[in-house]
Amino acid sequence: MLRVCLRGVKASARKDCGRLRVIHLQQSRGYASGGSSSGASRVVFTGLLTVSGGIGGTVLYANWDPKFRAAVEKNVPYSDWLLGLALGPAPRDSGLPVRKRMESIQPPSMMEKQKKTSKVKSGKETAEPPAPESSQAAPSPSMQGKMMESIQPPSMMEKQKKTSKVKSGKETAEPPAPESSQAAPSPSMQEASAEATQIISAISEVQSVPAPCDSQAKGYHDVSFCPAAVSASLEDSLASTAQATLQAIGAQEAALQAITLHTDKLKEAMEAEAPSEEKSTQWKDLEAALADRTTSMSDAKAALLKANEALDALKGVIDSSKGLKVPAARPLVLAAEENLHRMMVDLDKVVSKVQSAESEAKIVAQYSELVREAKQQFQREVSSLTPEIQANWKGLAGKLSTDDLNALIAHAHRRIDQLNRELAEQRVREKVHIQAALEQQKLEDQRSLENAVSSALQHVKEEARLEQERKLAELREVIEAEMRTQLRRQAAAHTDHVRDVLKVQEQELRAEAEQVLSSKMLEQETRYRQLSQEQLDNFTLDMNAAYARLKGVEEAIDSHVEAEAAARKAHQLWLSVEALNYALKTAGAESPSMPLEDAAEAVRASCTDNDFASALASALPEESLKRGVYSEASLRARFNALRSLARRVALIDESHNTLYQYFLSYLQAALLFEKQQEAPPTQLRSEDLDPFKLLSYASYCLEHGDLELAAKLVNQLRGEARRVVEDWLTEARLTLETRQAASLLAAYANAAGLGSTQVP
Amino acid sequence: MSEKELGKKWDRCLADGVTKLGTGLGLGIVFSVLFFKRRTWPITLFSGAGLGMAYANCQNDLRSHYLPHRSQKQEL
Repeated sequence: MLRVCLRGVKASARKDCGRLRVIHLQQSRGYASGGSSSGASRVVFTGLLTVSGGIGGTVLYANWDPKFRAAVEKNVPYSDWLLGLALGPAPRDSGLPVRKRMESIQPPSMMEKQKKTSKVKSGKETAEPPAPESSQAAPSPSMQGKMMESIQPPSMMEKQKKTSKVKSGKETAEPPAPESSQAAPSPSMQEASAEATQIISAISEVQSVPAPCDSQAKGYHDVSFCPAAVSASLEDSLASTAQATLQAIGAQEAALQAITLHTDKLKEAMEAEAPSEEKSTQWKDLEAALADRTTSMSDAKAALLKANEALDALKGVIDSSKGLKVPAARPLVLAAEENLHRMMVDLDKVVSKVQSAESEAKIVAQYSELVREAKQQFQREVSSLTPEIQANWKGLAGKLSTDDLNALIAHAHRRIDQLNRELAEQRVREKVHIQAALEQQKLEDQRSLENAVSSALQHVKEEARLEQERKLAELREVIEAEMRTQLRRQAAAHTDHVRDVLKVQEQELRAEAEQVLSSKMLEQETRYRQLSQEQLDNFTLDMNAAYARLKGVEEAIDSHVEAEAAARKAHQLWLSVEALNYALKTAGAESPSMPLEDAAEAVRASCTDNDFASALASALPEESLKRGVYSEASLRARFNALRSLARRVALIDESHNTLYQYFLSYLQAALLFEKQQEAPPTQLRSEDLDPFKLLSYASYCLEHGDLELAAKLVNQLRGEARRVVEDWLTEARLTLETRQAASLLAAYANAAGLGSTQVP
Repeated sequence: MSEKELGKKWDRCLADGVTKLGTGLGLGIVFSVLFFKRRTWPITLFSGAGLGMAYANCQNDLRSHYLPHRSQKQEL
């Protein structure tokens, strides 16, 4: 019924589902039929929109971010073409400029380094010189200072800077004082003083160098012998020459000034039309200027001579110091040479200036001479013509008479004619004169040119030589430094190598030593162990032997003791068993024996350690212990009584137990006759299981004293007969058990006793 | 003693039979006198009943060992 219901439900459900599905399909079809095309088109449209939106967004972002563009071009196959179409070519320049930058970084860095070094140099150059600077002398002391630095540590350099600054400060204080005493300060004088200070500062630097150089030389042991003497001589000579040159220059300047002054004055005097007093003052000034000029010229010449001498001496000293070939003094020598050269150059310049001024003055003097001559001649002529007129005829313009005037005019005319004639003559001889003058000029020009060229050439040669020497010194120093570093490196490498080799050797030796040590130790150990092992073994053997003997002795004694104990026990057991047997025999005719408990207890007590005996003792049934057992005779008698009863109920069993059956069985018992006693066969057959037969067999056995067999036979009874003889059977069993246990115990006790008896 | 049980049972049976017979007889007599106008049949009936009861009792007693409801206790 359930299945039917289910089937019905399923069918109804199926129907409903089918209906619903149909409705849905119809509906969807309705929708689809109405807007299926719109749905598909919508899908297509949305798809296209998303794709285009994606592409547009990618293009825009690629336009904004070149990295993204690169990534897209790398990953998507034809995107580079598309992006190129849309955005134009990719900015690949970013790669090249980077590379160029990379490349350019190195040269600028190198250039920067060079610049830096040059800047440093220039900075040093600019920083070093003291306050008063002049463009000419500035590089020289700085170069000198740089060379000093190349041999000194920076601390010394700083010290030197300070000292030089201090000294130059001092020196700047000094030179203006002596300079000012000489002549009126003028720009040229200031220039000269500046140059002097430069030179002196250079000298002071040179001075400052050797002192620390001395101490350094002692510390470094670079120089074979200290160039103190050389430097001292150099500096002395330098100082003297500097002073001399200064003096010379000063004198020359003074001379120059004097010359210029004189020429200016002369010009003034010649050209100016001043009143007589001023003229006389002018002429006096002129004479004073002339005197000044002459003195200054002589001074200048003397100073020049001295300067030249000093320069020569310096040159000699320099050559001698060069000849000594002291390496540390070379820069000093170089510096001294440079100083010398500079001084010479300055001197020459000044001398040339003076010479030019002199030549100018000469011209002016000549002109003035000419003018004077002309004036004198004119005056003579005038005086010759008009002796009455006095020297200062110019003031007598109103006092002159007409004759005088006429004479004067005539003289003037005559003079004019003469001059015209001279002029014509001059014009005629113009060309000749000009040519002669040109030639003279040419010669002079050539001479001066040659002089200038030779002097310039000399200077240039000198400069080049100095430059070369400087460069050589630099190079030498650089090479020295490099060689020192290389040597140091080599030494370091050597020490490292030696250290490594030593380490290796040490390790090897240590390993060897350890090996030897370990082997020896091992030997000793093994020997020691062997000996100890031997000792142990011997000892163990002895101990074992002694122990074994002891054990043997103990065992013998123990066995003796045990044997005696066993014998005693056996005796006891036997006695107790005998007691038990006796107790068994106390059974009366109708009464059971005495309770066997005591005897059993005695037996158990005497066989506590013997499992077999204790098992046997405990195997005695409870009833026998408590109540005792019946004897065989009583059982026999009882059986005889039982027999008739059993015969009477022979037919009764489970199924046959009505009163009628009882009656029948009674009848059978009354009518059936069997043998009183019949010997039981060895094997019972099925027809022997008849109760009557069994009873006769049992009585036979009982008569012959075989309670066991009788019990076995009686055990075969079934039904009511069995129930009747049940008690008898249990009693018989009890008796049998007890007797069996007792007999076993007796046998055992006999055996134990026999066993325990020792052979004498 | 198990062999004595049978004898006891027989004794009980006899005693019971005698009792029942007597009682039946008596009752029969009583009844026949009282209710049945001294007929013989109640006497015989009752005595017969009594005898029958005795017989049944005896049989039951003798087979009591073999019956389940009592033999459970006994067999234990």
